[in-house]
Amino acid sequence: MIPLVHQEVVKRHAWMQDEEFADVLAIANTLPGPIATKMPGYIGFRVSGTLGCINAVLAVILPMIIAMILMLGLFSRYRDVSWIHGMGQGVVPVVMVMMGQLTWDFLNKSRLALGWAVSLIMAGMAGGLIYWLDIHPGLVIGALLAAAMLPRLTPGKAVKEATR
Amino acid sequence: MIYLELFLAFFIPNIIGYGGGPAIIPLIEAEVVGRFGWMSSQEFAEVLGLGNALPSPIATKMAGYIGYEVAGIGGATIAVFATVVPTLLIMLGALGLLYRYRDSPRVKRMSQWVRPVIAMMMAGLVVSFFFESLDGVGLLHTLLIAAMAAIALLLFRLHPALVIAASLAYGGLLLG
Repeated sequence: MIPLVHQEVVKRHAWMQDEEFADVLAIANTLPGPIATKMPGYIGFRVSGTLGCINAVLAVILPMIIAMILMLGLFSRYRDVSWIHGMGQGVVPVVMVMMGQLTWDFLNKSRLALGWAVSLIMAGMAGGLIYWLDIHPGLVIGALLAAAMLPRLTPGKAVKEATR
Repeated sequence: MIYLELFLAFFIPNIIGYGGGPAIIPLIEAEVVGRFGWMSSQEFAEVLGLGNALPSPIATKMAGYIGYEVAGIGGATIAVFATVVPTLLIMLGALGLLYRYRDSPRVKRMSQWVRPVIAMMMAGLVVSFFFESLDGVGLLHTLLIAAMAAIALLLFRLHPALVIAASLAYGGLLLG
């Protein structure tokens, strides 16, 4: 989606220069959550203030939210019909495969940044805390984020402290 | 009360989910299916399936639909608000600060350290979807559909929407 936004914002409407667009993207990447709402929000704000911001964000998200509510609402209403029930069940293995792809994607990026050993140890520790000790994932990640903010610690040391 | 719960269920994943939209999926599942029990694993898989088939960011589509299911239009508004507004406000308010620190090792560490945790939770979702499907349609159908989906997505690089549509057809014809 980002290349399409770039096409509109930089090339077609010339609201921004190439360089500024790249900076905004870099800044959006320093924050958690979806990029595809922060970019339009910021660009909309730059171009015409608060209303522009709201307008740009709604234009990105609203049509497909309505589509989701209509389609899944209809689907839920006829869930008792056997072939519709079957359709719902047919989707689960596909979603499983897609989630497997994402798992690999995240693990691979993690490996490139931290190496296999650290990635797998961190993943294993997090899994133990979240699934075995039933600690809320927000607390685990919150502790890691706090540890990442600490100055002058080698990654290995800080990780141990955050997940202890 | 339900509005506060909805706000938290979407605010927390979006404030800790480094790594773009997909990173928040397992975090939302932990809230919506695990903590608050608003949906079954099966329903969550359906939301994710349709969400992957439609364009625009997955995070807001899930927030909009789940919020609506739980508490109507007010619920959808709260859930989408919690997804979009907090981080957008941080971005607009602290642009200069963020720009200065965009290449800082600490900022990089934040997203790097969160990634293995998210990967673990995604793997947890894979396992939970596997057992959900095993329960519903048995091993043979589960493996058959998964194998076809993997071939279509990885080998032929078909669009997710086509693969989801094919699985709906398979389910409607053979699993009904």
